[in-house]
Amino acid sequence: MLSYALRRIAVAVPTLLVIITLAFAIQRLAPGGPFDQEQTLTPAVRANLDRVYGLDRPLAVQYLRYLGALAHGDFGPSLSERDFTVTELIRQGLPLSVTLGLAAVLLAVLVGIPAGVLAALARGTGADYAVSGLAALGVALPSFVTGPALALLFGLYLHWLPVAGWERGAPRYLVLPVVTLAIPVAAYLARLMRASLLEVLRSQYVRAARARGLGEARVLWRHALRPALLPAVSYLGPAVAFVVTGSLVIETVFGLPGTGRYLVQGAINRDYPLVLGMVIVYAAFTLTLNLAADLVYGWLDPGARHA
Amino acid sequence: MPEPLKSAGGLWRGAARRLRADRAVRLALALLLAIALLALLAPLLSPWSFDSLDWRHLGQPPGATAAHWLGTDRLGRDLFVRTLYGVRLSLLISLLASALSVGIGLMWGSIAGFAGGRLDEAMMRFVDVLYALPYLFIVIILSTLIGRGSIAVLLIAIGAVGWLTTARIVRGQALALRHQPFIEAARAGGLSGAAILWRHLVPNLAGTVVVYATLTVPQMILFESFLSFLGLGVQEPHASLGNLINAGAQEMESAPWMLLTPAAFLVLLLVCLNVLGDGLRDALDPRDH
Repeated sequence: MLSYALRRIAVAVPTLLVIITLAFAIQRLAPGGPFDQEQTLTPAVRANLDRVYGLDRPLAVQYLRYLGALAHGDFGPSLSERDFTVTELIRQGLPLSVTLGLAAVLLAVLVGIPAGVLAALARGTGADYAVSGLAALGVALPSFVTGPALALLFGLYLHWLPVAGWERGAPRYLVLPVVTLAIPVAAYLARLMRASLLEVLRSQYVRAARARGLGEARVLWRHALRPALLPAVSYLGPAVAFVVTGSLVIETVFGLPGTGRYLVQGAINRDYPLVLGMVIVYAAFTLTLNLAADLVYGWLDPGARHA
Repeated sequence: MPEPLKSAGGLWRGAARRLRADRAVRLALALLLAIALLALLAPLLSPWSFDSLDWRHLGQPPGATAAHWLGTDRLGRDLFVRTLYGVRLSLLISLLASALSVGIGLMWGSIAGFAGGRLDEAMMRFVDVLYALPYLFIVIILSTLIGRGSIAVLLIAIGAVGWLTTARIVRGQALALRHQPFIEAARAGGLSGAAILWRHLVPNLAGTVVVYATLTVPQMILFESFLSFLGLGVQEPHASLGNLINAGAQEMESAPWMLLTPAAFLVLLLVCLNVLGDGLRDALDPRDH
């Protein structure tokens, strides 16, 4: 198990380094430098500015400096939010985005997996059709449709919940964003769980367990559930990536001041340091959670450790 | 994905029969054709164009005036025409982007799978790295870099990052095929690697690729409207389903129809395409029959 974990880490670290290198390369390839918008500068002033920011050094030196700065959590200044560094913006936005994402994944797991199990056990009944139908709809609907639709229904028409805004994280304001973010993940988990449990329940060893006279509940708990969970667990990595992407939309739709909204605004304003810093943070986050999902997978399925 | 079987004709005939018998697939196909036809014929059905302003009818709900069936937005632009124009643009972009990404994936995957060894390893590791990034970010970086607004840029950005899954699937198939007797025979006959790849390997991958292309289209629609929703894709005054939904979400409190009309079209389109894709996958899955 330890060597499996080490091997997974050995893949994740170079991946992050490649992403950082790409980010750096893109930043340097991008047309226009940071001082192009100012009034035309005299060559002497320009040279001084370049020296202060290290832009006159060879690219390799600049790259190493960039890596060094990243190691200290310094992503440089934001070009569009003039008074802030990228690090400050990330620090402001990240807690909200992480809370949102983790709450959504948790909700999706708590709803999606039991729903899938229920549908598999009640195969062919009304409950199965209800779960499968809702799941198909949930997978197909993009969050930029469900978000405004839920806000319209529960906010404007029923007045149960606020339409948008966040009021320093009052829980009422986070209900709709979290639900919107969780819907597609829950739907996908329910489908995966239903399909894999049905397959496991047909397998020989479950038949053998039944033949030994074990009750259905015991067969389910002791023999069927753990292997049936594998596809759902291996989906958790992609699910996190999905939630991270979804949070861009959710934060825009519901006017939440998280990192996703900065990323979108940064892209619109062509604020390279901001966009690249955010991408690196998101990538590190995604890789870490993917790694966690891999480790849980390896724990559940000993065979995967030797793959 | 189905294995390419020697009795491929039988597999395809059986799949076609199963598809025709599937009532949900038939309904989805009929609805898709109806929407596509409506989108193509939109200029003939209404005197308005996507950017013409009607000063006498600003912000009208559907059915309020006979002149605009689905109402107008705040600038008096006809929403029936704009929505259908958006459907057309979304379909066009997603079809082209699917073709582009499936094409790149086919080339990348078949070369990697056919070559094997070091090259295969390097090429697929590259795919793994890109996979680790939520691929929306690559599009965001690209559009930060190139600028936004141009449909060509959007197309390239979406198509260029959508090829990863196709590349993986094709590579797996190519790997399985490359030691088959007919490939060995072609090699023994003295054909060059490129010729074997192009004339013998790629035609055998076509079935898988066609199925996968069908599954890619809804993803591409989703992707395009997602970017347009965020303001990184199609720009005003042009309409795509994404930026119409965005405009609608902003006017939700006073003009909910502006949100509901394009959202309904998008959902219908996506559900139909997904039903079609699922049906195709089920029909081709040899396990269930």
